[in-house]
Amino acid sequence: MSGGSGLHRTLFRISLAVMLQYRVASVIWMIGAILDPLIFLVVWSTAARSSGGRVGDMDPHDVAAYYIVLMLVSHLTFSWIHEVFQYRVQFGSLTFELLRPVHPIRADIADNLAYKVVNLAVALPAAAVCWIVFQPRWEPPGWSLAAAGPAVVLGFEVRFMLEWSLAMVAFWTTRIVAVNRMYYAISGFTSGRVAPIALLPGPLAALAHALPFYYALGFPVDLALGRLSPGEALRGFFMQILWLVLAGTLISTVWRAAVRRFTAVGG
Amino acid sequence: MSWLRLFLVFTRIGALSELAYRANFLVQAFESLINVTVVLGTVAIVFSRTDNLGGWSVWELVALIGVYFLILGMINLVLAPSITRFMEDVQQGTLDFTLTKPEDAQVLVSVSQVHVWKVIDVLAGVALIVLATHRLGKHIGPLAAGAFALSLLAAGAIVYSLWILLATLTFWFIRIENILMIFWSMYLAGRWPVTIYPGWLRTMLTVVVPIAFAVTVPAEAISGRLTPGTLLLTLVVAVVMLTVSRWFWTYGLKHYSGASA
Repeated sequence: MSGGSGLHRTLFRISLAVMLQYRVASVIWMIGAILDPLIFLVVWSTAARSSGGRVGDMDPHDVAAYYIVLMLVSHLTFSWIHEVFQYRVQFGSLTFELLRPVHPIRADIADNLAYKVVNLAVALPAAAVCWIVFQPRWEPPGWSLAAAGPAVVLGFEVRFMLEWSLAMVAFWTTRIVAVNRMYYAISGFTSGRVAPIALLPGPLAALAHALPFYYALGFPVDLALGRLSPGEALRGFFMQILWLVLAGTLISTVWRAAVRRFTAVGG
Repeated sequence: MSWLRLFLVFTRIGALSELAYRANFLVQAFESLINVTVVLGTVAIVFSRTDNLGGWSVWELVALIGVYFLILGMINLVLAPSITRFMEDVQQGTLDFTLTKPEDAQVLVSVSQVHVWKVIDVLAGVALIVLATHRLGKHIGPLAAGAFALSLLAAGAIVYSLWILLATLTFWFIRIENILMIFWSMYLAGRWPVTIYPGWLRTMLTVVVPIAFAVTVPAEAISGRLTPGTLLLTLVVAVVMLTVSRWFWTYGLKHYSGASA
C-alpha cells in the first residue's frame, strides 16, 4: 500500500490542475449551489415571520444558521458523478479508464476533492456574506461542533458511494435523466435540503430517519448547530456507518456485473 | 405573421420526428409529473407550518407555480432547443445554411427546433392555474383576465428577448452554454414570489434574470394584487427588451463572418 498514497496525491494534483483551468465555469456552477439553500433560507424565514415569528422550534435567525451551514456542508458532500456517468458509458470513454490499473472511482474522488478545494474560494465568501446579511444564531455546544467534522467526512462518503452506485444504472438503461429526477425528488425531501427534518410532517420525518440522505447532509448540519442530543448523535453516526457499508457492498457487487455487461458503445 | 407560419411548420416537423419515438411521451410525462410533485410537495411542507407566505395564500402560490411551469414549458418547447441548435451552428459553421434562407434569421433561429412533448409542462401549468383560480373562488372579470393575458404576453416577450440577447453573445464568445446555466440556476428562484426575497436579491433576480416579470407579475394578476403601475412597467420593459434584443441581434449578425468560410 506504500504506492497508494503517492497515487492519490498524483491523481489529486492532476485534478487540481484541471479544475484551475475552468475557474469561470466553476464560479457559474457554484451559483446554483449557493442560490438553492439561500432560497430555502428566505422561504422558511418568511414562513416563520408569517406565522408569529417561529416555524417549529426555529425563528428566522435559527433558520438562517441552518441554511448557511447547510450551504457549506452541501458543498463539501455533494457529487455530480450520477449526472455525467452515462456519457462515459454511451460515448465509450469508460474504456480508457478501465485500461488504467486502478479503479475509476479513485480518479473521481480526486476530481471531486479538487473541485471542492478550489471552490471553497467561492463558497466561503458566499457563506460569510450571508452570515452578515441574515444574522444567524449559532451557539452549538463544543462536543457537537467537534463531532460535526467526522460527520461531514462520513456524510460525504455515504453520498459519494450512493451516487456512484446510482451512476451505474447507466450500464442498464439510457433513461438516466428520469432516474436522476426520482433520486433528487426523494433525496431533496428527506435530506434536510427542502426543510429541516424537524419541520417535516411526521411520516416524512420518519422516512427521512430511515433513508440515507439525511445522514449525508442534514445530520452533519444539525450536529454543527447543536440541534441533537448525544443519543441522537450516536444513532446518526451508527446510521452513517451502516449506509456506508451497504453502499460499499452494493458498489463492489454491481461494479463487477456492470463491467462484464459493458461493451464499449462507440469506443 | 410569418413567424407564426414558420413556428407551425417547425412544430409539424418536430411532431413528425417525435412521433417515431412514442415512448418519449411517457418519459416526458413521468418527468413532468415528478417536477410538479416536487414543487407542490415543497409548498405543502411549507404550508404545513404556516397559513401564508409573506401574504401569499397556498392557492395563490399554486397559481404562481402554474405560471412558472407555463413559462418553463414554453422555453423548453421551442426557445431552449432552438437557441441551443443555433449555438451549435455557430460553433460548427453550419449557421450559413440558416442565413441563406429567405426568411428573417432571428425568427428562424428562434423556432427552428420544437420539442413537442415539452408541451406537457405547458399543459400542467395551465391546469394548475385553472385549478388555483377555481379554488381561490374569485370571479375573474374581463379586466383581470385582460391584465393576466397582457402580463403573460409581456412575460413571454421579456424571457424571449433575454434569450436572444444571450444567444447573440455567441457571435463573439462561441461557447456560452455556461451563461445559459446562470439563467437556469436563477430561474429556480421563480418558484416563489420575488416579494419574499430581501431587496438586494430581488433586484438581482429582476435585473439578471427577469423572473419577477416572468413569473411573479402574471401570478399577481391572478391573485388580484397587480397594480396598474406594475403592469405598465412590465409592458414598458417588454417593449424595451424586444427592441434592444432586436438591435443587438442585428448588430451581432453584421459582425458575424462565418466559421467555415
